[in-house]
Amino acid sequence: MNFPILSSLILLPIIGSFFILFIKSTNKDNPSIKLLALFIGFANFLLSLYLWYQFDSSTHEFQFVENRKWLIGLVNYKIGVDGISILFILLTTLIILLCIISVNQNIKYRIKEFLISVLLMESLMIGVFCSLDLVIFYLFFEGGLIPMFLIIGIWGGERRVYSAFKFFLYTLLGSVLMLIAIISIYWITGTTDFVEIYEQGINVKYQKLLWLAFFSSFAVKTPMWPFHTWLPDAHVEAPTAGSVILAAILLKMAGYGFIRFSLGLFPNASEYFVPFVFLLSLIAIIYTSLVALMQEDMKKLIAYSSVAHMGFVTLGIFTFTQQGIEGSIIQMISHGLVSAALFLCVGVLYDRMHTRLIDKYGGIVSIMPRYAVVFMIFTLGAVGLPGTSGFIGEFLILIGTFQKNFLVAAIASLGIILAAAYMLWLYKRLFFGEIFNSDLKKMIDLNYSEIFILWTLGVLTVFFGFYPDPLLNTIEISVNNLIEVYNLNIQQTNIK
Amino acid sequence: MEKIILFLPLISAFISGFFGKIIGNKLSELITCLFVIISTILSIIIFYEVLFNGYTDNILIFKWISSGELNVNWSIYIDSISSVMLVVVTLISSIVHVYSIGYMEKDPHKPRFMSYLSLFTFAMLTLVTSDNFLQLFFGWEAVGLCSYFLIGFWYKKNTANNAAIKAFIVNRVGDFGFALGIFLIFYLCDTVNYSEVFDLISKIDNKNLIFLGISFNAVDLICILLFIGAMGKSAQFFLHTWLPDAMEGPTPVSALIHAATMVTAGVFLIVRCSHIYEYSELALSLITVVGMLTALFAATVALVQDDIKKIIAYSTCSQLGYMFFATGVGAYNVAMFHLFTHAFFKALLFLGAGSVIHSFQDEQNINKMGGVLKNLPYTYFLMLIGTLALTGFPLLSGYYSKDAIIEFAYLKNSALGYSAATIGIFTALLTSIYSWRLIFKTFHGNYKNNNISQSSMHESPLIMLLPLFVLALGSIFAGFFFKDIFISQSTSTTFWMDSIKFLEPLSKEHPPFWFVYLTPFLVVISIPISFLLFVKYKNITNYIVEINQPIYNFFKNKWYFDELYNFIFVRPSMSIGNFLWKKIDIEIIDRFGPDGISDLIKKLSSKAVKFQSGYIYQYAFIMLLGFSIILTILIID
Repeated sequence: MNFPILSSLILLPIIGSFFILFIKSTNKDNPSIKLLALFIGFANFLLSLYLWYQFDSSTHEFQFVENRKWLIGLVNYKIGVDGISILFILLTTLIILLCIISVNQNIKYRIKEFLISVLLMESLMIGVFCSLDLVIFYLFFEGGLIPMFLIIGIWGGERRVYSAFKFFLYTLLGSVLMLIAIISIYWITGTTDFVEIYEQGINVKYQKLLWLAFFSSFAVKTPMWPFHTWLPDAHVEAPTAGSVILAAILLKMAGYGFIRFSLGLFPNASEYFVPFVFLLSLIAIIYTSLVALMQEDMKKLIAYSSVAHMGFVTLGIFTFTQQGIEGSIIQMISHGLVSAALFLCVGVLYDRMHTRLIDKYGGIVSIMPRYAVVFMIFTLGAVGLPGTSGFIGEFLILIGTFQKNFLVAAIASLGIILAAAYMLWLYKRLFFGEIFNSDLKKMIDLNYSEIFILWTLGVLTVFFGFYPDPLLNTIEISVNNLIEVYNLNIQQTNIK
Repeated sequence: MEKIILFLPLISAFISGFFGKIIGNKLSELITCLFVIISTILSIIIFYEVLFNGYTDNILIFKWISSGELNVNWSIYIDSISSVMLVVVTLISSIVHVYSIGYMEKDPHKPRFMSYLSLFTFAMLTLVTSDNFLQLFFGWEAVGLCSYFLIGFWYKKNTANNAAIKAFIVNRVGDFGFALGIFLIFYLCDTVNYSEVFDLISKIDNKNLIFLGISFNAVDLICILLFIGAMGKSAQFFLHTWLPDAMEGPTPVSALIHAATMVTAGVFLIVRCSHIYEYSELALSLITVVGMLTALFAATVALVQDDIKKIIAYSTCSQLGYMFFATGVGAYNVAMFHLFTHAFFKALLFLGAGSVIHSFQDEQNINKMGGVLKNLPYTYFLMLIGTLALTGFPLLSGYYSKDAIIEFAYLKNSALGYSAATIGIFTALLTSIYSWRLIFKTFHGNYKNNNISQSSMHESPLIMLLPLFVLALGSIFAGFFFKDIFISQSTSTTFWMDSIKFLEPLSKEHPPFWFVYLTPFLVVISIPISFLLFVKYKNITNYIVEINQPIYNFFKNKWYFDELYNFIFVRPSMSIGNFLWKKIDIEIIDRFGPDGISDLIKKLSSKAVKFQSGYIYQYAFIMLLGFSIILTILIID
């Protein structure tokens, strides 16, 4: 393993965006800018596929590890992947690629700067998912804030500044605590390389406080109730591509963080806080589903449904069962595909009608039949119908939860009924009925790039619904090892 | 061969759905019909093999989910139960496919319609041929989805859309129970494959679980949870409200999905799980009670409805109640038999009603029909056969299956069995009355439609009548021919083999002489009574209605279930949703959270700004003050 494939994945978009910076752009958009971005996105996607192809799923060890000295004796630039992180890298490269393709539709000005932000975002996200050192992780994790802040603040809607600041402050507040926790971990263990920390373990007496510090950061990013109010605002104001990245990738950093750090570093504290997390997850599922039911703005509706879906994720992670954690990972991937697609779908309507209010629409199935079909696929994915990837995730999570607590699983299952209610009602209000708004008749059906993007996501949603084995197979050993280590830790503490 | 049966409908759905516009109406009709008919022929061959050669098979298609102990495959499982279901589903489906060519002739979205029908057929086949609970659940939800598509097929009609959503969501309530049942099975058995679960059930028979602070027997709990799923899909009491509304869909859909196949999935589930249910006396009693209630309730409502399709829908609901209490008293094979015969005559009635509606140009109110006996002779004749079969007129198919249910309930020799038998007989009488009411009001008496002149009424085209003849043959002969195979006390066990489990063999006694003849007698006598009530002396009927106004309204409004559910579930969840959003999210979390904090910081900083006044003497004074405080502290120390 000589070729530094992970570093290439991280660096390629940065280098690419550097080139883009120097392409001369007049006010008219310069096609070569988009072409270059497209090329970089595509190359990175292929590279990540190659990574997956080379990946050995029969071991839980980190692979493709690169370790370079950075701040000597303190922090090393150490990266690598295991079964859990590799899927998120694939998701990132895929979604970014699709975002770049969609840019022409929904970004009207400063395309160059926008593409640079998106590519920087890609680098940082990939960095998050493959860093093996807490400090490196923190840098990437926080770095991601900046391009997102810009994307919302520059290309957003009317209240973009308010939303951008709300987003920034919320997440920053959480992360400051995480930074403090990372520093104290260094004081306790003498290293920030978390593979070493895994082996060494952290003294039980420090775990709870550290867990809470990490939790505050992840809970905001997930977002968990009651730290969720930034999300609907951020989504509503963000441009389509921004919403897609936010929903599909940014939120997943938190779920990934829970699995990697909360579970991996602080097993005893995780065990201790299970009731707390379950409670918040249940509230998220039921509460936001009910709120979603009443939304008048479709983007807000989907944003709230994201919170509910992420509630399932946190629920599954803290069951510490094979099915629960695998389900959570599948649910995150699935939500990455489905919510990205739903936000793109909202973008399709917004580009044509410039409104997101549901009651301005109605009966558009006869105007845009092709659009109606793909939208239905994602509606069903969000509802968690068997045969879509959403079902695999939710089902595994619930079956895992049921092993731990009947009542929690039962209440969470109610969320599935509510999901059907708000999604189908949305679909009905948008697509069915008579056309009363004559402006709608001017809308044209999907163009080729929209068809390509949406059907790519649609086919993946259905494919993984019927055959999730490629995903499950990749994560199986890593998750299994995680649980084994976790159980070992709990047992040892109990003996003491 | 089994794979061909399963995938032909899927392929034709795909072709007709995505390329319907390109290949045109005619070709997509041809492909969908042809493919389903091929499936039917192959299914009959399979049934024949099972019947005479005891053929069973379990075919693996490919791996679905594998996570920890959970291993589930896509597979095809052929045994006696699934072979019967294969025949029922494919046969009724191909009949409905052909009928739809005529019925939907003028619809602009015909390929889409045919595609949905084929897709439904595929989903239903995956449901019945599953070898595990998860694929069953897939089929379960997929048929629900197709039902949603087809009920809302006329998407411009608001009522149709609402009915479609209602059907999906009420079914999801049932599925909620079903899913919990599957979770529980996995929790106890570490597997969801039928054969492994069935082997383990006798071992976990005595296990108890604490749920919500109450201790339950594990098997009881599994059975009750699965039954909740069955109640949703089969429109049993409490979860029945979606079925009458589902009549908003095109009539062929009602015949296929909401009469013959999908709604019987609940019965299929219970029969399939007889290996589990046999260990739970409690669940069986519950099923009997719910079945009885549904049978009676739906019959009382059917008595006073005016919409021709709603009458038949409630009738379906009621007949499903029969099937359930048959399983409740342990006569699973009899339930399957009634499912089998019911598919024929109920599809016949629905398609016949469709023919009537077609002739009346989409009029469904039976008060606006009447006297068209001579205009629609074939339809009349066919519906007559359907009605006779449904009411259980001697020697027609309903007679064999329904009377067998009542007899087995009687032979159960328990209080519950006797009451089930009593209600069964009474409901049979009601069934007969409302069915004849439908026939008399639709075909006899005076012509009452003001919009269409009677002379312009004409019989439906041959492509609609021909399928009805096939169903009529089934309605007449299915009972007589198949009774030995399905329910005979001596020969039926060779057909069912291990697919149905009886802990104790069914009673081999015979009920007393008077009992056997009671139901047929009531059924026959009710024909002239209905004729008098609904044709000759309508005044008496009106008088009865008048003096019993409250009861009439109670029945007419379907026991006020819709209003009740609206009041308990729908409106509260909306207002709670609004409250959580507007009050808690915006007014509490945002106000005291991010907005509050940023306001606070703003205020504090505006205060802090005042300290930086720029006057040297102020700064000097503060410095002096600070210096003296520190000095004081040091000195005191």
